[in-house]
Amino acid sequence: MPLNSRHLLGLQGVSKEDIQLILDTAHTFREILDRPIKKVPTLQGKTIVNLFYESSTRTRISFELAEKRLSADTVNFSISGSSVSKGETFKDTMQNIEAMKVDMVVARHGAAGVPLFLTNICDANIINAGDGIHEHPTQALLDMYSIRQKLGKLEGLKVCIVGDVAHSRVALSNIYGLLTMGVKVSVCGPSTMIPRYIEELGVDVIHNIDEAIQENDVLNVLRIQLERKAKEYFPSIREYAKYFGITQERLDKNGKDILLLHPGPINRGVELSSEVADGSNQIILYQVTNGVAVRMAVLYLLGTLN
Amino acid sequence: MKVVLKNVNLIHPEQKIDEKNVSILLTDGIISKIGKLSKEDLDGAKELDLENKYVVPGFFDMHVHLREPGREDKETVETGCNSAANGGFTAVACMPNTEPAIDSAEVVNFIKEKASAHLVDVYPVGAATLKREGEVIAPMAELYEAGVIGFSDDGVAIKSASVLRRALEYSSMYNVPIIEHCEDESLSGGAMNEGVNSTILGLPPVPAVSEDIIVGRDILMAEYTGGKIHIAHLSTATAVEMVRQAKKKNLPVTAEVTPHHFTLTDDAVKSYDANAKMSPPLRTQKDVDALLEGLKDGTIDVIASDHAPHAIEEKEAEFQYAPNGIVGLETEVALTLSELYHKKILTLEQVVKKLSINPRKICNISIPKFEVGESANFTILDLNLVWTVDIKEFKSKSKNSPFDKRLLTGKSVGVINSGKLFYNDEMISI
Repeated sequence: MPLNSRHLLGLQGVSKEDIQLILDTAHTFREILDRPIKKVPTLQGKTIVNLFYESSTRTRISFELAEKRLSADTVNFSISGSSVSKGETFKDTMQNIEAMKVDMVVARHGAAGVPLFLTNICDANIINAGDGIHEHPTQALLDMYSIRQKLGKLEGLKVCIVGDVAHSRVALSNIYGLLTMGVKVSVCGPSTMIPRYIEELGVDVIHNIDEAIQENDVLNVLRIQLERKAKEYFPSIREYAKYFGITQERLDKNGKDILLLHPGPINRGVELSSEVADGSNQIILYQVTNGVAVRMAVLYLLGTLN
Repeated sequence: MKVVLKNVNLIHPEQKIDEKNVSILLTDGIISKIGKLSKEDLDGAKELDLENKYVVPGFFDMHVHLREPGREDKETVETGCNSAANGGFTAVACMPNTEPAIDSAEVVNFIKEKASAHLVDVYPVGAATLKREGEVIAPMAELYEAGVIGFSDDGVAIKSASVLRRALEYSSMYNVPIIEHCEDESLSGGAMNEGVNSTILGLPPVPAVSEDIIVGRDILMAEYTGGKIHIAHLSTATAVEMVRQAKKKNLPVTAEVTPHHFTLTDDAVKSYDANAKMSPPLRTQKDVDALLEGLKDGTIDVIASDHAPHAIEEKEAEFQYAPNGIVGLETEVALTLSELYHKKILTLEQVVKKLSINPRKICNISIPKFEVGESANFTILDLNLVWTVDIKEFKSKSKNSPFDKRLLTGKSVGVINSGKLFYNDEMISI
């Protein structure tokens, strides 16, 4: 069964069947990653451009590995800042790249909506690798895959997304995907970091981290982006860590075997204490491994569609 | 030259004229007869059969950006005037956010000179502060003498309450308004209205309260100083209510709304089309409803376009990096007729007041009269013409409009002013 779209721009509006298909396909690729020779010929002859308008190490490497393991030809295009500051418009840049005959574009950009814009100006399959504070669908898919593997299901679970929800592209994709899969979703963070009207998407909002731990099966802990404006939204790192950081003590106090996810990179001592970051509840590196498999699945499903 | 406008309906709310099926004889651009015309009158005259069309006092858009001097790649005084004439306007007021800003008599004279031969009258708005930097008030006396009809730092609000106070006090000597773009700088910087849509779209938001705070500040300062405040492009429900209350207290406060703010909501941003990006941003249906109510009950005096030409390459960009604003002169009258007149929000008389009479009163410009001996200054309307917007047909140099391909009912079919007639896509001297 093919996917219902030739692009993956986000998880808003993506059907349960499509998500299921991606996760199931990821599972078959996951097995390849444990083989001595981690390569299949599936996308041989396909050219994929990794267009990164924003610095990113893990997402880009994850995509690149996924592409290489599917035997695609890959090109990396990294540029920081907006197209406007470079003189050439974004549209011109894209049309130049497309003129070189590429099949798929994996795009990371600081501005929301860029992947959709790309679908209007070029014919390649577009995969959103993170656009502004909008969506980051493959991250949410790998989170869902990891949860499903660890807990055996998604439907009926309770997942809380913790931290700077307002400035996170991971949060929105997770919310859409998890709700579609029948998960009860909440968000937890300081009120300055919860976007207004988020409850209209069908999630609960809480501001007490202990409550979040008690009430949920899974916490997906977001990174506090200290390098960005995030610091304006809470008084100090100390205060954030004290009231919203997850420590072993806090986990023990609430006496619950909770699954902890984090999209990385971690700020140790801020959103997760070092002990927790290396502890038995977290599956951070497991997520990273699964990320390659999930991206292989997405690339495979889109790349073999036409 | 003699021109006869045959079988027109005349509406002039200020002169209490509402006549059906009369004819007007113009001689060298001057009204020489209104009513039944004799054979002699028609002799050698250019005749325009305007049956079922309406002739109203020429429309005046008090909020446009002509971009000259500085960004002639987007618009010039000439192309902006052509756009205005095509849209049904005989006069425009142009905002001072040019390069250099309109903060000296030289720039005022430059613009007036560029516009002098055109059908459309151009009234520059002076910068309220030097270089629009918000620090020191501009040479208002000199600017007034050179012919500005108001002062504004448009694009931004006057930076501080103390400078606003001085600007209001100083400008009140000349009885001209301070035109305010109401936006609190510390709350701005977003790309769209804060609401459920900004959360879903992941675009940095600018809250409605950013506008409300400055509207509140400005009303208080108008009351305190007695200076005239004109609130540009009102867009929030709360701001409408604040202006309503100010008017109840008879404060010197007036307000305008743009067609895009009373027609569209932030749903238009969903496609990330930068032609839906403007400042103030498109708001919610609740705000649109409040704006319509404000138009209806007279809280909102004026309809103005905030005509803001931008180059294609600037708008075909990432939404949050694209500049704010859309061209509006060539869709404004038609949107007003479609959305307000035909939907029974406003009567034709109210439409004429908001597009012609009120803006002139606010800016102290004499209102065109329908009397023998007066210079003809007319907009000719076909209320029922159904047409489709095509940006390629705009006379403006820029095409950044979210209304391309929109079906509208009603249109200006011609304008007459300064001894010139624009009709059937043709500009002639009469």
